[in-house]
Amino acid sequence: MSQSTQPAFLLESRGAHRDLGAFVVAVRFSRDGKTVAFALGDGSVHLVPAADPAVWRAVPVHDGAALALAADPGADGFVSGGDDGLLRRVGADGAVSNLASFGTMKWVEQVATHALDKGKGLVAASVGKVVHLLDATGQKLKTWTHPSSVTGLAFDTKGKRVGASHYNGVSLWFVAAKTDTPRVLEWKGSHTGIAIHPEGEAVVSAMQENALHGWRLSDGQHMRMSGYPSKSEALSFSRNGRWLASSGADAMVLWPFFGGGPMGKAPMELAGGDGVLCTQVACHPKEDMVAGGFADGLVVVADIASSRVLPVVPPEHGKVTTLAWSPDGGRLAVGSESGFAAVIDFSSR
Amino acid sequence: MADTAQVPVTVLTGYLGAGKTTLLNRILTEQHGRKYAVVINEFGELGVDNDLVVDTDEEVFEMNNGCICCTVRGDLIRIVGGLMKRRDKFDGIIIETTGLANPAPVAQTFFVDEGVKEKARLDAIVTVVDAKHLPARLADSNEAADQIAFADVIVLNKTDLVTPEELEAVEARIRQINKFAVIHRTQRAALPIEQVLDRGAFDLQRVLAMDPEFLSGEDDHEHNDDVSSMSFEVEKPIDPEKFNAWIGALLQEQGPDLLRTKGILAYAGENRRFAFQAVHMIADGDFIGPWKEGEPRTSKIVFIGRNLNRPRLRRGFEGCVAD
Repeated sequence: MSQSTQPAFLLESRGAHRDLGAFVVAVRFSRDGKTVAFALGDGSVHLVPAADPAVWRAVPVHDGAALALAADPGADGFVSGGDDGLLRRVGADGAVSNLASFGTMKWVEQVATHALDKGKGLVAASVGKVVHLLDATGQKLKTWTHPSSVTGLAFDTKGKRVGASHYNGVSLWFVAAKTDTPRVLEWKGSHTGIAIHPEGEAVVSAMQENALHGWRLSDGQHMRMSGYPSKSEALSFSRNGRWLASSGADAMVLWPFFGGGPMGKAPMELAGGDGVLCTQVACHPKEDMVAGGFADGLVVVADIASSRVLPVVPPEHGKVTTLAWSPDGGRLAVGSESGFAAVIDFSSR
Repeated sequence: MADTAQVPVTVLTGYLGAGKTTLLNRILTEQHGRKYAVVINEFGELGVDNDLVVDTDEEVFEMNNGCICCTVRGDLIRIVGGLMKRRDKFDGIIIETTGLANPAPVAQTFFVDEGVKEKARLDAIVTVVDAKHLPARLADSNEAADQIAFADVIVLNKTDLVTPEELEAVEARIRQINKFAVIHRTQRAALPIEQVLDRGAFDLQRVLAMDPEFLSGEDDHEHNDDVSSMSFEVEKPIDPEKFNAWIGALLQEQGPDLLRTKGILAYAGENRRFAFQAVHMIADGDFIGPWKEGEPRTSKIVFIGRNLNRPRLRRGFEGCVAD
């Protein structure tokens, strides 16, 4: 055993990393978990085989910046939105095709996907005030218009509803509805992101005023979650919805969604104390664990029950801008503002 | 404020037909070797010739901070954030507003949002006005006066359409509203672009250099809806606590009337200049470079707004002097 007093960062022993030279906008795993994709501010998407992260391949996708990335509804590949007005599919093999083109000067800012049976699926993409719902081949299914630009987009667990955040609340659209009238959850102000509880119990938005706002879906009860020194850019529910992890403070802030919470309950803070802003959070898909990224580049994974913190990436690579777990939870991928990109293996050997 | 890593942002305001888009296209086509990201609105008059153009709706919202006049452009927060993902592709951002836009939400966006403040700084608000039609615009709306009040640079365009007397009269009218902006007389918005871009106008250097002709003592009491501007100086060092208490209370009380407030302050025992500015109730301040050797350490504050009470403002500012 090493006697070093420095914490051992998992990146050194179990990680593969590169400097990709441009802002890492988003990282995602494909649904089969075999491929990792990093979408960058220079419009490229870098593909990495998850099991053998030695071969990194750059694929030019957007003429401009990539703005959003999601796993393709099918087993492999990804769906990417850019500031060139294009919504494109990027195959695990690097093949690129257009799903939709929304015109120059338009930004495809939000993308969410949902897998249905038999390789079918849904893609939702926002362009300004409009959310376009497409099937996995790019066939247009629905067009939903909002009172102001859409700032966040999420499917519920079953793919029955799509939530969109905007000014003065969020809209919940029913994918299969014959008439397109959303359930509008109102709260005055600018809502800048959205998360839907995995059991469908609540919808939570991030707000301009350094707070979260939630609505219990059964009765519309409001939930106020405030006290952040900064805006929450990342929201992530734990696997069973007991906790909502959020960024925007100098720790990961976790609100309890049980025992009557989050109303009137204090949140749990994890991995705090350094005075550095937490910029990203991602809950583990199988365990009650959460990964957090910080403004100085530090990445940690914390066990929610014990509050134990495992250092993963040292604070050396620029503000963490994106985190993603593989579907089986065996790997974590990290991207930063300065172009640092890493895949870390958590599986038992 | 002195951080050069921040992208300079130029805001172009002005009524439809004043020549705003003509000026924009001049800036973009001139051979200056610099690249600009341009944010336009969907109701623009003419096409814009540039590689990086973003088309947006002006989406203003009110902050939930108990401040009735604190309105912000949410679309700009998103767009600045998005542009920062390709920061190496441009040298500055130019934002064109719609003709009738109130400039306050644009300016306040650069004060209120931490993410925007970190990455971008407001370089100057440039207002293009039509020499022929300005008097009519001032008569029929508040927006025309607000756009002049907010300006750091005023492009007084279409001077070929008025007589020399009319031109003098319209310039005098602009001066009544805003004594501190630089005015350029133009035809077809033709002027050297360095008069418009990278002005650093919001860092207040120029305000400090203005000739204090305003201390003439006239129009001591203005109680009407006209926008006017005035400025005050003190020679003795300022007590920061007294200043904060005074300006805080003043902005709270009269924020809706105070379109812009700017100041350069010499704090007691401090070698650096303190730059202060506010748009309505939203204020911001920071230390900028040190006072020059031998330079008189004169604190100066400028108000542009409605219902400005000169004796009261002067007494208030003079009351901030350190004991």
